[in-house]
This record gives sequence, structure tokens and C-alpha cells, in this order.
Amino acid sequence: MRIVVAMSGGVDSSVAAGLLAREGHEVIGLSMQLYDQQQGEVTFGSCCTIDDLHDARRAAGTIGIPHYIVNFEHKFEERVVSDFVREYAAGRTPIPCVHCNGDLKFASLVERAQAFGAEAVATGHYAQVDVDERTRRYRLKRGADPQKDQSYFLFTLSQAQLARARFPVGALSKPAVREEARRMGLTVAEKHDSQEICFVAAGEHPEFVGRRAAMPPGAIRDREGRVLGRHEGVHRFTIGQRKGLGLSTGVPLYVVDIDAASADVTVGPRDALERDTLTASRVNWISGETPPAPVRAHARIRYRHTEAPATIVPLPDDRAQVAFDSPQSAITPGQAVVFFDGDEVLGGGWID
Amino acid sequence: MRAYFDHNATTPPAPDVIEAVVGALRDDFGNPSSVHHFGQRAKALLDDARTAAAELIGAEPGDIVFTSGGTEADNMALRGAAEAAEAAGSRRHVIASAIEHEAVLNTVKALVRRGWTSTLLPVDASGIVAPGALAAAMTPQTAIVSVMHANNEIGTIQPIADLAAIAHEHGALFHTDAVQSVAKVPVDVRALGVDLLSLSAHKFNGPKGAGALWIRRGARIVSTMTGGKHERNRRGGTENVPGIAGLGVAARLARAKLPAESTRIAALRDRLEQGVLARVTGTAVNGDLAARVPNTTNISFDGIEAESLLIALDLEGFAVSTGSACSSGTLEPSHVLRAMGLPTHRTQNSIRFSLGLGNTDQQVDALLERLPAVVSKLRTLVRR
Repeated sequence: MRIVVAMSGGVDSSVAAGLLAREGHEVIGLSMQLYDQQQGEVTFGSCCTIDDLHDARRAAGTIGIPHYIVNFEHKFEERVVSDFVREYAAGRTPIPCVHCNGDLKFASLVERAQAFGAEAVATGHYAQVDVDERTRRYRLKRGADPQKDQSYFLFTLSQAQLARARFPVGALSKPAVREEARRMGLTVAEKHDSQEICFVAAGEHPEFVGRRAAMPPGAIRDREGRVLGRHEGVHRFTIGQRKGLGLSTGVPLYVVDIDAASADVTVGPRDALERDTLTASRVNWISGETPPAPVRAHARIRYRHTEAPATIVPLPDDRAQVAFDSPQSAITPGQAVVFFDGDEVLGGGWID
Repeated sequence: MRAYFDHNATTPPAPDVIEAVVGALRDDFGNPSSVHHFGQRAKALLDDARTAAAELIGAEPGDIVFTSGGTEADNMALRGAAEAAEAAGSRRHVIASAIEHEAVLNTVKALVRRGWTSTLLPVDASGIVAPGALAAAMTPQTAIVSVMHANNEIGTIQPIADLAAIAHEHGALFHTDAVQSVAKVPVDVRALGVDLLSLSAHKFNGPKGAGALWIRRGARIVSTMTGGKHERNRRGGTENVPGIAGLGVAARLARAKLPAESTRIAALRDRLEQGVLARVTGTAVNGDLAARVPNTTNISFDGIEAESLLIALDLEGFAVSTGSACSSGTLEPSHVLRAMGLPTHRTQNSIRFSLGLGNTDQQVDALLERLPAVVSKLRTLVRR
């Protein structure tokens, strides 16, 4: 089978390509160039920089497969970067990786793959896909390595996308992937994992957003509305944040609410972060069908959150209410809530 | 089957060239500057190659300086002439065409960084520089004019003799980058009337890493590669004897084959071009159809990203290129097509087919048979 592998230059997608080639597939490596490498604004990133493109090419050469760079600068800007800026400007905390997966890897890249005669697109995600024998539908499942499971970032995939998706390292642990990489002679075997957001250095997103959107200053208030301090834009804050508030108070204070319209950032004690319900929009159900009745599941409200038991109530217009059995801390608008049933991803949506 | 239609990027070395390179590596390892037997043998290879290179362009062997390739020759010409101009007087203006190779364009930028002014000459819709435009751009300050003989992306041939005459009327030196014309069309430095001419071996079935700058006797340029007394003090550094030996053999082969081969290649190119235009809708040829090298055609495909077509064709076994090899991996519209005033979509959807020695009728037939399906698949599946 001719399969396109999205190669980021990291160890996971390199091994994914190597495993498929070893199985005898005709593998084509594609790397996405996502921003203008010559502009120099992005010199730090952790994925898809010019060094990573070189790493991907070297890995493809070692495996012995053709490798091409496809230029998705415009689409990345349009779908991922501008959404990222818009969300922060609206006082929310975005996860651009989900858009990059859904709108680039499993949309634009799939189109290219089809045009190149490929039947499937593989990535280095730690996730698994199988078919439910009873319903004949594709199921999205966690990666076998609980430390690395990335199924959370894939909740937007449709049945059609899952039908063409391959996650060759999903059944492996990270150490096993590195061992495979060494066995394949890949130079990226010991390369560090990518972290954070590829187009913005850790902690520098306020400057990035500030360059692209006019962010008015505002007030930091307590829950009674009293002004405790000033700030230089709501994009500098996220729910649950404690550091960088510039306040000197006896008790530790946390960001509990962000209102972009008034530019108010509200702070409160830790227990004020707790909520037991949320609503989500643009909910995707992996099965392709919205459940007719409320569903019991474990819901995760950010990538590094231990999912908690909840009841998911489908609402009209692809929305849902999530009622947790016990309150959760720092439910953050803009992040994704993803519903799990054991190892299976049932679906997910964007926290309002 | 794999077919190589990217000869403007590079060409496969001819078997005799490979023999010459290997022979020089194996049997003639001496340093050409050495006095002894080993040095003499290596020196003899250089002399022979110098003669062959000179014959190919109607020059005297003593006026050929070997370089590492076209880019170094362009740098040597422009930087060397600029340094000479700086030493001789107050001229600090350089003119080049807007469709030059990056080797010239970026060297012009380097001169601007050290205080020079520059003018980029426009081209018309068919990619030709009008002599009138050069005449208008010349000033008493102009020291150097550089216009390529044939363009790498579209193959158009510039009216070099007319342009050189204008430069000389104003007392400026004239350089031409002939990397894409040497061995494709007859090149004669006297007929062209230029002062400096760059060529590169790997564009005519020679090895990579070998090229030359021809310097008209009396033209003042300062050596920019300082070192020993190699190349008559014009380029320091022990010569790349194997590469230069290969260059010499390639030059002889090219000279012997030029008339017949260019007729054959032109017919093949024309058949490819006519076939594409007839079989694929929404296609158009870029650049002048008459004034161009015989091996090149540059074709725009409506509704397609050139990058995707290149990859799809490679997967089918056909090697082509988008614009120049140097711009791969960028979405920058071709600066050549942009200078011709083409609309943006046509500067991003063009494919260059450049033919050479190894190409056959069967390869062109195979391409014409597969291309329509590849294009229509891309048009259906890839949203722009």
C-alpha cells in the first residue's frame, strides 16, 4: 500500500515511517513547512524548524524512502496561528496542536496524499485506531504508553479521517520507539521530545500575540470588583495562573475569570477555581453520531489532567454539557474537553 | 522507468567525463604547481582542459580562470570588477537584470551593502531585457553591467551583444552569466562582445565543483580569492584537477555534439511542449518561444500548485522542477516570472522541463501519456 507519513523530524514519526517501510509498504515521507524559515522570527521552536526538516530528510534517507517538503505556510497561518491569536485576544487559552492535526495533517495532507496515489496518512502520534466489530465504525483509542498518550489531541477526527489514519507507534512505549530508532540507525533516536507550541517559545506567547493583536490594558480585580492592580492585556493570563500577577497579598491568589470585553482579570483564592460543570462547543463524536441520551464517561479538561468521571449531556448545535461527579479545578475556556470510555475516545469539544 | 527532465539543475556526467575524473584522481594526483614529474602530469591536465574550455567559447586558453563553479565565477567577476573600480576611481554603480540567478542578484546586494548603488533592469512579458532599458539605466557612475546569456528558469536568450555595446559606450565592464547557454547554443566571447563570462561544467555533462570565468585580456579585475600564484595570480588555491579534467572532456564532447544535438533536443522539447499544450487544458508556455535555448520549456498549469505537481510527477518517475532548483521548499513566487509581469497564480504554478543528452522520444511519450491524469487528479483533489 502506498502510505504518506507526516514526518516532523522527531523520533516518533521517523520510526513510524521505518515501521511501515519494514512492513513492505511503499512509504512516502512528507514534511510540512509551516512558517517562513528565512524570516528568523521562529528560531527556537520544537517542531518543524529548518533543523527538523533536515532531520526528517536524513531519517527518510536512512530508511530509504522518498521525502518531500510541502509548503503549508499559508494554511498554517490561516488555520492555526490566527486562531491562536484570536483565542488569546478573546481571553481564552488555545491548543493550536489540535487544529494542526485536524486541519493540516488530517485534511490538507490527506488531500495531497490522495493526489499522490496514497491510501493512508500515518503520523507519529501515540494513539490507536481499530474497528468496532459490532458497529463497523472506527474507534480512536489511547496510545499504549500512558505517559505519552496523545489521543487527546485527535478528538476532532472524523470517521473518514480515521479510515485513512495510521499510528504505527501507537502500540509502543516511548522507550521501545527509541530502541527501534537505534535499531534502524536513525540519528534522531536520542532527540528530545518536542514541547509546548512549535511556533512560539515557551512563555513568549504574550509577545507573539501582542505583535499581532492590539491588546488593551486592564484591571486585576478581586471577586467583589475591587481593583488590586493593572495588567497589559488579557492574553497574558490563563485560568488558574498564580505567577506573574504582580500582586502582593497575604493569601495566594489565582486567576479565576478573564473578560476580554472589559479587559478585567478576576483573581480569587484557590477554591474559587473549582467548578463541577462546563459546556463545550463544536463537539465531535468519534462514532459520527451524537448519542441520543446522556453518556457516562471520564472527561479530561486539559492535556495533563487526570480525567474525572462525568455525565455528558448532548445539547443542540453540536454542543454538550459536562457535569462532573466532583468539582474540577481551573476549567479553562479554549482548552478541549475530551471524553474517554476506558481506552476509547468517545469524542470531545471546545470549552466555552 | 525514470526520466530526467531537469538538466538545467544539473546533468549526468558523460562516461568519458567520469573516466577523466577518476583517472585524474587515481593516476595524476600531483599538485599542478609542483616542479616534478607528478606536478607536470597534473599541470598537463589543466592545460588541456583550459584549451578545451577556451575552444568551446571562442577564447584564448590564457584568459580562462578555473573556479569551483558558476556561482564562484559570478562572484569573482562582480566582486573582482567592483574592487578594481574602487581602486581606479569613483564609479560605484552596478546594473543587472531582474531575472539573474541568485549568484548574481545576491552578489549585487553584497555590493550595495558596501556602499554601491544598483539598478535591476526590467524584462518584457517574454522575459527579454530591452537594450533601451539598459541605455536609460546607464550613468557616468556605472562600473559593471551583468546580464545573463540564457535564463535558467525559462531559457530565454538575451541580446547580449547589443547590451554589451551599450555598457562599453559608457565605459563600463560587461559580465554575462552563460552557465545556461554554454553547450546549448554556440557561445563566442568575441561575437558577444563581453568582458567577463561565467560557465559551469555540471550543466553540460561535466562534474560538479568545476567552472570557469573567462576574463577578456585587459579587463581589470582584482583577485578576490587571495592565496598562492595559481591561475596566474587570479585565483589562489590548489586547482581541483579531477573536476577541471572532467570539465575539459565535457567541453570537447559538447563542442563536437553541439549542432546536431541541439537540433535533436529542440525537436524533442517542442514535441513535449506541444504535447502538453494539446493534452492538458489550462496550460501556457512562459517566456519567448524563439529566443531561447533549445532544451527548456516552462509551462504554467492553471489550478495547480507547482510543488504538488512536481512531487506527483516524481512519484511517477519523471524528474522536473519548479523554477530553479535553488528555490525548492519555498513558496516564493518565481522572481523571473514575476519580473515578466505574470499574475501571481501563474508565478506559482509553473513547471520547468529541461532536456539533455539522455532524453529520448520514448521518455517524452511516457510523460505525455501520464501527465494529463496526474494533472486532473491534482486539480480534483487538492484545494488551493
